[in-house]
Amino acid sequence: MKHFFTLLSHEIRMLLVSASTYIAAMLFLAFMGFIFTRILESYSTAPQDVSPAQVFFQLFWFPVLFMVPMLTMKCLAEERRLGTIETLLTTPVTTTEVVLGKYTAAYLLYLSLWGSTTGFFYILRKFSGDARFLDPGPLTGGYLFIAVSGLFFIAIGVFASSLSRNQAVAAIFCATMLFGLMFGLSWLAGSTALNRETLQPARVALEYAQVFTHRDDFTRGIVDTRQLLFYLSGTVLALIFSILGVEAKLLHS
Amino acid sequence: MSDTPAIEVTHLVKSYAGVTAVNDINFRVARGEILGFLGPNGAGKSTTMRILTGYLPATSGSVRICGVPVASQPDEVKRHIGYMPENNPLPEDMRVSEYLYFRGRLKELARRKLGPRIDEVLELCDLKRVRHKIIGQLSKGFRQRVGIAEAILAEPPVIIMDEPTIGLDPHQILIVRDLIGSLRGRMTVIISSHILPEIEMTCDRVLIINQGRVVAQGTPADLRREVLGRTSYQVELAGDLGAIPTLLLAVEPTLQISAQGEPDADGFRRLTLTTERDADLGEALLRALSLPGYRLRALSRAHPTLEDVFLAATRRSWDVKSSDLRKK
Repeated sequence: MKHFFTLLSHEIRMLLVSASTYIAAMLFLAFMGFIFTRILESYSTAPQDVSPAQVFFQLFWFPVLFMVPMLTMKCLAEERRLGTIETLLTTPVTTTEVVLGKYTAAYLLYLSLWGSTTGFFYILRKFSGDARFLDPGPLTGGYLFIAVSGLFFIAIGVFASSLSRNQAVAAIFCATMLFGLMFGLSWLAGSTALNRETLQPARVALEYAQVFTHRDDFTRGIVDTRQLLFYLSGTVLALIFSILGVEAKLLHS
Repeated sequence: MSDTPAIEVTHLVKSYAGVTAVNDINFRVARGEILGFLGPNGAGKSTTMRILTGYLPATSGSVRICGVPVASQPDEVKRHIGYMPENNPLPEDMRVSEYLYFRGRLKELARRKLGPRIDEVLELCDLKRVRHKIIGQLSKGFRQRVGIAEAILAEPPVIIMDEPTIGLDPHQILIVRDLIGSLRGRMTVIISSHILPEIEMTCDRVLIINQGRVVAQGTPADLRREVLGRTSYQVELAGDLGAIPTLLLAVEPTLQISAQGEPDADGFRRLTLTTERDADLGEALLRALSLPGYRLRALSRAHPTLEDVFLAATRRSWDVKSSDLRKK
């Protein structure tokens, strides 16, 4: 892990000079700002049951679906397309360090983008002068969910990028996997095909792996270690597959 | 430690999905030597180089860099080499000095030493003017020199460069050649190239491979003798050709006319004489042909280029291969 910080600072710098980062950031902030103003509008017209923070995180899946691919599609695919992976791996760095460096840089950027949306709540607090709008429980729960699930989502993006030398293919593959993870699993858990007695364990397992249920739990202030474990183990698995992906491509290049 | 060869390759084999790219290659390179790696496209040059750097694993055989086996200690080997891959891949959106700094850190140079070393390398490769430019906007010649600067940055004992002069203009080739020449004695260098005069001028020793096998190796002079096996002379002469063979026989029994041209306006013909003898027969020929009745305008000993050697060596390996097939 000697070179991890060298690689990390290099990757962060590369992300900060690349245009796709800014496009992703702009789209993301525009979309989240739009949602936020719609929430405020609906709250100003009629009283609602839940706190605005809870509604704000309802639509988290939409920015994730386009932002995660945009932040991660470049990381390994570009290196392979340019051939710089060859110069990189012939220095005394290991594949693990390279993958972890890229992963951490993308994850930090993802976090900082979501972190910038706290500005919305700050502005609301400042101009309304009313602490009731800022329910700290759901807000921290929501951001905690974003931070924990982001680990897994970004790892999926890095994995997709390790499989192709084409950024577009990596982005589409990543979006597909994220879509499958979020919607595919919830659809599968609700499907009638699992109603048979023998498939009951599969249904129970699937019910644990519901990203939307996790979000609801987190925003309600429930932090379940089983859910944390789901994201952490998913992250580790996706990163191991990314490392294997890079090395397998070398063996068969 | 210093008496172990810089590179030692024994029985190296690499096959991909049933195709044997490198087939039982053996060679060693002494410290401070510059080795030229020649071969037609697809001969296995790049594959061999990638195995030397530890980037690709070999199917069988062993490679040692400075006595360290590549297969079992790849990390240690990577500290001993500077590598410039084929086509010299560089990140597009970094500045030259930033790139060198990043690479220096990866190659475990101390932060304190890195600044002066980067200045030194930029000076050596004549890159001072473009040190703050973005690599993606540099011309091919500069990019190539950035690649070379990167390879020599950490002062590794072994430098491996895959086609360092590809796509350069003659002036830049000269600069690169001088640069490589200046490393002689200090570092062991392996370069591959298609440009044969290039190899001939910079390299102490040449290794020709074809279809994954070493077909010839030695100094350029050795190779000429070994592969071509004969010396030839160019003569421009006017007079009766009928008596020439007997005259030649008197000079040297193996000397004969291998080609003759048409007489020009003044009656001079261009003759090519070949002999198996290695010693210089120029003076004897001059004396034999200055008889009355002959007019001699020019006599020169032809210097076979490495190109001839290369073509002969690769052709010879084809012949060997096809005769093998016939036996089966």
